[in-house]
Amino acid sequence: MPSRSRSWPSAVFDAMQVLIPTSLQSYTRVSRVEAVGSTLGEVLADLERQFPGMRFRMVDEQDRLRPHMRVFVNGQALHNLALPLQPGHDVNIVQALSGG
Amino acid sequence: MARTSAPPASRKPAPKTAAKKAPRPRAQPPRRLVVLVATRKGAWLLHGDARRKTWQVDGPHFLGHIVSHLRLDPRDGRTLLAAAKTGHLGPTVFRSTDLGRHWKEAAQPPAFAKVPDAGAGVAGVAARAVDHTFWLTPGHASEQGTWYAGTSPQGLFRSDDGGIHWSPFSGINDDPQYREWMGTVQDGTPDGPKLHSIIVDPRDAAHLFFAMSGGGVHESRDGGRTWRTLVKGLEVVGGFDPSTITFHDPHCVRLCPSNPDRLYQQNHCGIYRLDRPGDEWVRIGRKMPKSVGDIGFPLVVHPRRDDTAWVFPMDGTSVWPRTSPQGRPAAYVTRNSGKTWQRQDVGLPEGQAWWTVKRQAMTGDAQDPVGLYLGTTSGELWMSRDEGAGWHCIARHLPEIYAVEVAELA
Repeated sequence: MPSRSRSWPSAVFDAMQVLIPTSLQSYTRVSRVEAVGSTLGEVLADLERQFPGMRFRMVDEQDRLRPHMRVFVNGQALHNLALPLQPGHDVNIVQALSGG
Repeated sequence: MARTSAPPASRKPAPKTAAKKAPRPRAQPPRRLVVLVATRKGAWLLHGDARRKTWQVDGPHFLGHIVSHLRLDPRDGRTLLAAAKTGHLGPTVFRSTDLGRHWKEAAQPPAFAKVPDAGAGVAGVAARAVDHTFWLTPGHASEQGTWYAGTSPQGLFRSDDGGIHWSPFSGINDDPQYREWMGTVQDGTPDGPKLHSIIVDPRDAAHLFFAMSGGGVHESRDGGRTWRTLVKGLEVVGGFDPSTITFHDPHCVRLCPSNPDRLYQQNHCGIYRLDRPGDEWVRIGRKMPKSVGDIGFPLVVHPRRDDTAWVFPMDGTSVWPRTSPQGRPAAYVTRNSGKTWQRQDVGLPEGQAWWTVKRQAMTGDAQDPVGLYLGTTSGELWMSRDEGAGWHCIARHLPEIYAVEVAELA
């Protein structure tokens, strides 16, 4: 994982833990990463900054979560990228239990 | 993702240009070939010797990804592009400049323009998202790094940097008339409506074709600024009006490299040929055996003879089983521009073979005699070293095969 800028220490303090599903670990190489943002959309933008290409695999060009992608924050399912998040929230990105 | 837009299209008649004579292709001396196999669960490369006798398997690449198309850039003989997604993840394009040893994802994959209110897009039609990139076509030999892509739902895209960044043709993708012709997902094929058969005239980089299932065949003579439809003579499903472009379902269109004024088409409603400057397709599938019919998906043209083409018929009766007719797979060849057809099934299963061949899953090389290659929905790769006279299986137990291409290595 790329190291964060030393000139922005508050980002470390505000960072949220984000659980990454196996299908996206080709981008992160690990199952849990840190990201910052005051909304889910900003958190996903920060993930894209750290791991280029990752966001478009989860969110389409109309800013809609793709059909089989789910995001839970502190156990609650979120669909709205504009929803506010708080520092310390746990963000879990999972893929729906669908297959074939 | 910042994107640029192609100039808005209008459907004015294309300006007439003087026909240019294409150099007559010659048979290539034997060179190493690579067969590119895209499947529902990944991609494989089969490296062949110059005699096409032995094949070395390289793969899987992108195991678990749905790979719709895998193409080698003929301009450098080593750059590969793969159109991929997974069941859960969105679509992307991967690129390799070393024949698949290393892959890098496109920085800006094909994607439609962002609509401010995604609930109501162009002319009240819902905003669209690319479900998968379906078709890849390298650009003209004179335009290094140029590629075209067709998507599902129907969209046309272009890259000028070898597939790293893709820009939409807004004059197609966002045009209200084209959107009407494209219909909705309800109107499309079972795994989504598609833009395919993107063709670049080898004589003229600005002369382009594409086809849509559904939505007809379209031609541009100015690099994609303006387009005209090319559906005259094509039939549609009984009871529908052929003047409505939405009802046209071309499955695969090919241009003859030896005569770029001739195109062949496998359509939902038959096999056709078009000779320019004429603009009316002629149904040449009527001469196919009645028990087989002239429905199918793939079509291959001979690299040096414009009177020779192959199809692989499919059962398009009743509920459209999409299997080989009677469970007896066979290619059919015409060597007289469609006047007659001959069955080519030597070596193929004689019965109880309920697979078929998708529109991108049959191709030919440029050798003499021409080698033919086809991938089946049951995961077998077959080839013929003698223009279809005999077939043998060169790989089996692969996932469902979506596309097969063959290319010569630099």
